[in-house]
Amino acid sequence: MDILQICIVIAVLLLLVKPVGSYIYHVFSNEENRTDKIFGPVEKLFFKIIGLKNRSGMNWKKYALSMIATNIILVAVSYLILRLMGGLPVNPNQTGNMEASLSFNTVISFMTNTNLQHYSGESGMSYFGQMIVITMMMFTSAASGLVIAIAFMRGITRRGGGMGNFFEDFVKAHTRVFLPLALIVTLVLVGLQVPQTLEPTVTVNTLGGAVQHIAMGPVASLESIKHLGTNGGGFFGVNSAHPFENPRPLTNVIEILSMWTISAALPYTFGRFAKNRKQGWIIFSAMMVLFVAFLCLTYFSEKSGNPLINQLGINSTQGSMEGKEVRFGVAQSALFTTVTTAATTGSVNNMHDTLTPLGGLAPLAEMMLNVVFGGKGVGFVNMMMYAILGVFICGLMVGRTPEFLGRKIESREMKLIAIAILAHPFIILVPTAISFMTHLGTDALSNPMYHGLSQSLYEYTSSAANNGSGFEGLGDNTVFWNVSTGLVMLLGRYVSIIALLGVAGSLSRKRTVPETIGTFHTDTKLFGGILVGTVLLIGALTFLPVLVLGPVAEFLTLK
Amino acid sequence: MKTTAKFEEVSHGSIWLIALRSSLLFMVICGIAYPLASTGLAQLIFPHQANGSMIKDSTGHTVGSELIGQTFADPSFFQGRISSIDNDGAGSGSGNYAPSNPELLKRVKDSIAQWEKENPKVPVSELPVDLITNSGSGLDPHITPASAEVQIPRISALRHIPEEQLKQLVAKSIEGRDLGVFGEERVNVLKLNLELQKLGSK
Repeated sequence: MDILQICIVIAVLLLLVKPVGSYIYHVFSNEENRTDKIFGPVEKLFFKIIGLKNRSGMNWKKYALSMIATNIILVAVSYLILRLMGGLPVNPNQTGNMEASLSFNTVISFMTNTNLQHYSGESGMSYFGQMIVITMMMFTSAASGLVIAIAFMRGITRRGGGMGNFFEDFVKAHTRVFLPLALIVTLVLVGLQVPQTLEPTVTVNTLGGAVQHIAMGPVASLESIKHLGTNGGGFFGVNSAHPFENPRPLTNVIEILSMWTISAALPYTFGRFAKNRKQGWIIFSAMMVLFVAFLCLTYFSEKSGNPLINQLGINSTQGSMEGKEVRFGVAQSALFTTVTTAATTGSVNNMHDTLTPLGGLAPLAEMMLNVVFGGKGVGFVNMMMYAILGVFICGLMVGRTPEFLGRKIESREMKLIAIAILAHPFIILVPTAISFMTHLGTDALSNPMYHGLSQSLYEYTSSAANNGSGFEGLGDNTVFWNVSTGLVMLLGRYVSIIALLGVAGSLSRKRTVPETIGTFHTDTKLFGGILVGTVLLIGALTFLPVLVLGPVAEFLTLK
Repeated sequence: MKTTAKFEEVSHGSIWLIALRSSLLFMVICGIAYPLASTGLAQLIFPHQANGSMIKDSTGHTVGSELIGQTFADPSFFQGRISSIDNDGAGSGSGNYAPSNPELLKRVKDSIAQWEKENPKVPVSELPVDLITNSGSGLDPHITPASAEVQIPRISALRHIPEEQLKQLVAKSIEGRDLGVFGEERVNVLKLNLELQKLGSK
């Protein structure tokens, strides 16, 4: 039954890729289509409100500047709101203002689509904050990421340097993708018992004779966009493990598909832009192969349980249940874990800190590679970076100038890609090392030995990959962790986005090279294999040593 | 240079102005209009679910939410999973012990020892692992059917209710997998205990 239910979810995803990918293509191809009738009038109004008079194309620098300007303004306003939260309206539980370094961390975390949370939602955030900062940024950061991927696709498939108009894309990402989908998913979730209310915490006298306070709030509206936008920040501290965020296996499946579908559909959208659907499917397949490998690792590792507990002679056929919920069991937990770190959502339905060593290695590795589907747009763009790198390596081997989609890959593009590829391990490994050199870092660890290393490593990997899940035992609400992870999240998001928009801008200005008998085709299974190989090779060279010190060592000593 | 000339129409200054206006617009739309519209619709269509699926006992008192686990210290009730936060619904969290953490092993051993004391009739080899591990949320309302069944001999002895009757009660309380395939079979501890209380006799 375990394998069957996992296969059904994957099958539903496969069925959704084509229609969703096509829909996204139609939204952003800016050609007339049927949906204009529904969304056109609203969008016209929005364009008027924001003062967008002409929707002419932008070059990559203007496009990037527009995104960054919007993000900076949102960050500034949100920071003020969090600092003044205690005195603002819609605060029935009388939550106070947020401390400065925590506010810094929180606004960056949500703007960069990371959603690392060093606060606990029940006590640290008012309903107003949950709505106007958290829910709002879940939309705007997802829209920012999605349109970057679209601009990248336009750049490398079109000629003349135009990436499209950022503000037009940004509005459309809201009106045609995230807002309607979020509203539908919200109502479905409420129907399946996720609360959606503005009433304060409820107090009851329990059957056992105790007093219980039950926190709730506008949960469903946050839960839907949290997954659709691959954000991941929970309304409650324990995120989607909380029975109010994720009350039953069916909501678990809906949440998995919500976070997975758009990311998985983007390669198909790319195939449409490139007028070569096979190219899209090859990239999708490369992602899927990596995904299934990591899923198997997590599932079988969790199912075999914790050897220390199994030895105690109890009935441990269920597998490792520490940190997991009974309604999900091992199958729905392993699937959620693998998807949330693949799609860099960062929501969790079980505690990753309590995963078995190899079960915890899989999510860590997915975030280190950061290309297995990936977050809104960014994962796709990263995979394209490896695709270009793969082409480059193959070109070197046969002694030809490498080409991708008919454009020559030259030193300017490779320099930018090298920056993006090197930045990711740099901002993971260096801060992890620093955290072990100071008691500011080591004091936060709640587990001894190898697992302590994994805790710190996971925190920075999750920040750099803009994932946001955590090995939550880490006592991370201190100035040191708030500021260091805040900086890592900023660099993790914007360095690669800017570098890769630069690549797209540079490629779009190039002449198309006519196809010859010596052209290396990138829409073949061979290239799919090369792509997977490139990803694993670079990933292994960079991260294997630290993985051996953390989860692998824990696995080998756990007997 | 025709193509590049087209891009110059948007100046840097106007980019910042449009960025400011779109930021404010989407703060209102996504941060206020969307959650309020969702709340309104949810309260209208699904009032029970939208307000936390609260549950009442036979006398009509609200005793909790069917989704939030409760602590049953009295051994004559069915007991739920371990909660490092004692099922405090105002917070949430788990102990987050890594599999290699010595504290975890110690806690599990203590739980097993206590189990043996309270349930002398049931061999430890039948004790399911979910009953002695911490849930992810610290609020897990469910246990596996096996975990309910192993508690029957203890409750039967304490409440003087025949085991057969309790077995039927547990069998009736089993919630199947969603759509017959997703998730796990489970028993809601609070609901089961409400039914148990109706049986009376202690």
